[in-house]
Amino acid sequence: MADTAEAQTSELAYGRTEWDDYHHLPTNTGLTNEKVTMWAFLGSDCLLFGALISTYLLCRNRVGPATKGPTAADLFDIPFTSVSSFVLLMSSLTMVLAVTSIQRAEMERCKLWLLTTASLGSIFIAGQVYEFTGFYREGLGYTTNISSSAFYTLTGFHGVHVSLGIVMLVTMWVLVTRGILGPERAETIEIIGLYWHFVDIVWIVIFAVVYLIP
Amino acid sequence: MAMTEERPEVLELESGETTPSTGAFARPTHASGWRAWFFTIDHKKIGIMYCAVAMFWFLCAGIEALLIRAQLFTPNGTVLSADQYNQLFTMHGTTMVFLVIMPLAAGFANYMVPLQIGARDVAFPRLNALGLWLFIFGGIFLNLSWFLGGGPDGGWFAYAPNTGVTYSPGSGMDFYALGLQIAGIASLIGSINLIVTILNFRAPGMAMLRMPVFTWMILVVQFLLLLSLPVITVALVLLSFDRTFDANFFNVAMGADPLLWQHLFWIFGHPEVYVLILPSFGIVSETLPVFSRKPLFGYSIVVLSGIAIGFMGWGVWAHHMFVSGLGPVGVAAFSATTMFIAVPTGVKILNWIATMWGGNIRFTIPMMFSISLVSMFTIGGLSGVMHAIAPADTQQTDTYFIVAHFHYVLFGGALMGLFAGMYYWWPKAFGYRLNEALGKWHFWLVLLGFNTAFGPMHILGLQGMARRHSRYGPEDGFDFWNAVSTIGAFVILIGMIIFAVNIIRTWLRYKAGTVPQEPADPWDGRTLEWAIPSPAPEHNFDYVPVVTDVDDFWHKKYQADETGKLRKVANGNDIAQKGDQHPHLPSPSYWPIVLAAGFPLIALGLIYNLWLSGIGLLLMLGAIFGWSLEPPTDPEAGHDAQGDDHHPDENDPNSDSAIVEEAPVG
Repeated sequence: MADTAEAQTSELAYGRTEWDDYHHLPTNTGLTNEKVTMWAFLGSDCLLFGALISTYLLCRNRVGPATKGPTAADLFDIPFTSVSSFVLLMSSLTMVLAVTSIQRAEMERCKLWLLTTASLGSIFIAGQVYEFTGFYREGLGYTTNISSSAFYTLTGFHGVHVSLGIVMLVTMWVLVTRGILGPERAETIEIIGLYWHFVDIVWIVIFAVVYLIP
Repeated sequence: MAMTEERPEVLELESGETTPSTGAFARPTHASGWRAWFFTIDHKKIGIMYCAVAMFWFLCAGIEALLIRAQLFTPNGTVLSADQYNQLFTMHGTTMVFLVIMPLAAGFANYMVPLQIGARDVAFPRLNALGLWLFIFGGIFLNLSWFLGGGPDGGWFAYAPNTGVTYSPGSGMDFYALGLQIAGIASLIGSINLIVTILNFRAPGMAMLRMPVFTWMILVVQFLLLLSLPVITVALVLLSFDRTFDANFFNVAMGADPLLWQHLFWIFGHPEVYVLILPSFGIVSETLPVFSRKPLFGYSIVVLSGIAIGFMGWGVWAHHMFVSGLGPVGVAAFSATTMFIAVPTGVKILNWIATMWGGNIRFTIPMMFSISLVSMFTIGGLSGVMHAIAPADTQQTDTYFIVAHFHYVLFGGALMGLFAGMYYWWPKAFGYRLNEALGKWHFWLVLLGFNTAFGPMHILGLQGMARRHSRYGPEDGFDFWNAVSTIGAFVILIGMIIFAVNIIRTWLRYKAGTVPQEPADPWDGRTLEWAIPSPAPEHNFDYVPVVTDVDDFWHKKYQADETGKLRKVANGNDIAQKGDQHPHLPSPSYWPIVLAAGFPLIALGLIYNLWLSGIGLLLMLGAIFGWSLEPPTDPEAGHDAQGDDHHPDENDPNSDSAIVEEAPVG
């Protein structure tokens, strides 16, 4: 406690720091609000995919009196899906390159890598559409049996996540191209990178658990 | 668009110009009238709106409950048909959980958390408004079912396949699944917003273990919501897809396992129970020390036991499923974890009692409600421990004993705490106290009616009366206690009418000037929300409070002298901030309400016609577009050392005065 009466008074009263100074203080965690938000959202998304994957594992081999048609696992084309999984994995690499280049203020490279990442993601989505079409031709519709419902729901949710990521990447490409998003906001791309890597990791789990484990 | 930090700013450029708007429309600027509320992004107005709308749903759920009790007043009741009865108990439970207790707690959290941690607003004010409007539209959507073919009729837990198209052919369960989905998005947005706010926006010196217990419990609750909502999202998606797109998740003929729904629902549902009760635990942890004139006994233990409840709440869900055939290992494991979770809860009860022990207690209305939480929740907690014992639970499952138990924890616990919070924080939110005499009538009638209504249900349950049955026969011997219970329910109604009279009458008298304006610190409070005027000014704090202690405001008022005795060194009303600054605030926005309005359209389209979904989607896309164009990140606002994370807002009606006042600082 302060010695002089004057100091004592100022200890008592609230209000020695101006708000304006406060804004220049770092946040309590040292992380920006946007980054904490993305981490929190990804934590939540883990549970979403956890529940969907569990549902698939529960449903994939169940049969009842009315079960008909093939199961999803009967139709998997592992070599094809391995290639599209590899493409998606490589997009994580190009995402890292995009983040690094904007942090180094190399905007042309950043644009290139953003577009490459979005393209690789699009190739993955195209592969998924191709895969779904093939399955459908072989008699595995969404309502055919319980394993098909679970398979399409799980992989469909993941596909929607990838597609949203592509929209974000293309938006970033537009913003960088038009000079709206510069190196001082490299963190925006870093945060979208967090999301992109997360979606990739989820696919690793799905590929391993759904496709590879018999 | 969604990820933009909004904090108050010095607005002018160096040249003195304000920055030009790049939004599609001019932003709303109304400072009063309905538009000031509909387009607000002020956390305090949003908090009040959460509570006001929740009270409306409380009225609806109360009417539903009274109809149920009227039906059960006599054997072979004729008030309701069996179908109506199913709809009413389903909607009573769903409304109370999702549209009353959760949003009341969300309202308190919105209003109080930024004040308690010394912040100007929440981290994302526009997202905050989006969450509010999603909750409002979700609730309206859910209740639209009454007018469009009948309410949902499968219980608030909606066990599939009983809620599939086969057994619930009306569209009620569609409204349930989609309405909860919308309300769930609202809660998810709110939880992320509050987590970021509490982690990042604390005033200097406000370490985590100096935060008020209410803020702590809200933080735990937001993590529970963040991690449990996606699970019910999946469950509701599966149910909706089954009903709408003929998926097979709950089609037993295809080999579906009915336990899938039960597991998914209760993995969400049990953390949800703590989502409902922990905010009230936080509230009484604020009121009991204030009205006992003692610090909270074992602050850190209370906080840690709250965190422990949050963790352990994830490991007990299957005690809702003891009779579903889990097998002895599962039942034994969940039986043990359920007994364990009583430990941190019991620790809290003991801490509250020790807080009151030897205290100089003031029996104000909030204190009376707080004490009734401690005692009524203990009764409900003890019957909860009985359910942990699997053999006993097997007898009690689906009887009124369960109904008695969860009303003692949710009404006697959660709602009593929320009433305590209302009376406690009313002066801070509105500037005047509710009438003490009417408050006492409210309290005693509700306490009496509550025990009369739900106490007898213990007996009925042990006698074997089953839940969710619209009738019982005269030969069953249930008539006496059912009649008593119904009388109790109507006593609660009288108490609640007195509460409503109290609110309206006191407000009118305050307007007329016969109820005094309260000062900043009417209760001799301990936490930062009492360090600013009542009602809280729009900008919260004139200056950033600097915090050095738990209960910092109290330590500013009471300090030890040379002999170590505590002496009052200052009056709270004198050292509180004056609220006379006019700093810049984030501007209101049209887009949250427009974006939220797209969701019920999409949901209606999923039930009736997909074209309607298309319209809703277009509305959402337009709103997202407008939201993004609204200048959260104006590249010309280069006055800020932290760069574009901060952004100015324009069209603020006070901008001129603010520039003058802040010019020396900026």
